[in-house]
Amino acid sequence: MVTGRAIKHRDSALWLAAMVHRISGLALALFLPLHFLTLGLAIEGEARLESFLRWSDQPLVKAAEIGLVFLFTVHLLGGLRILVIENFDWRDGQKQLATLAAALSAIVAFAFLVRVF
Amino acid sequence: MNVRLYLWQRATAAVMAPLVMVHIAVIFYATRHGMSAADILSRTHGSFAWAAFYGLFVLAVSIHAAIGVRNILTEWTPLPERRVDACVVFFGLVLAVLGFRAVAAVVLW
Repeated sequence: MVTGRAIKHRDSALWLAAMVHRISGLALALFLPLHFLTLGLAIEGEARLESFLRWSDQPLVKAAEIGLVFLFTVHLLGGLRILVIENFDWRDGQKQLATLAAALSAIVAFAFLVRVF
Repeated sequence: MNVRLYLWQRATAAVMAPLVMVHIAVIFYATRHGMSAADILSRTHGSFAWAAFYGLFVLAVSIHAAIGVRNILTEWTPLPERRVDACVVFFGLVLAVLGFRAVAAVVLW
């Protein structure tokens, strides 16, 4: 049985940061084969790749791309946070750093949203 | 995760950090007037620099993603370790093959 005490750590911003890092990494791992297959269409010619890119102009696909840019950025910044914590003598401000990573990712994703719509 | 995998995970992360930043910049640059196949291929076709950049990226991400998925499968599923290892080695190889094929597609074709 999972007790309140056992899951209390889930209230922590750093637990949330670790979970966001894990989920974003998993989502990117699932997306990567599709991304590679798409670029591989160029083997069949420029027209084949162009045809797929025009299909991807649909609003729903663009919305998914914005989500991917967010996940990509948040995974990068979350990863940098881990590398900094593990490799440098830095113990303070970790929660602020995690929040900053999420905020910066949202800004990058929003900038991408403005660009593609 | 054993020490060897931990070091590979962190080393590939360190290698990829600057690559990801450049890739995000490229995404923004490529979408400045809407993305087209002609634009993408004119940039990459015959370019040794892009082939090296994305070749290194594919290699690093295949290792990094496989180890990451291994951690998740180990912690979140009841699969035995040997089966998890087989799954993620297969996954990493699929990523590497598809990734190098994609690099070849945009650089050589």
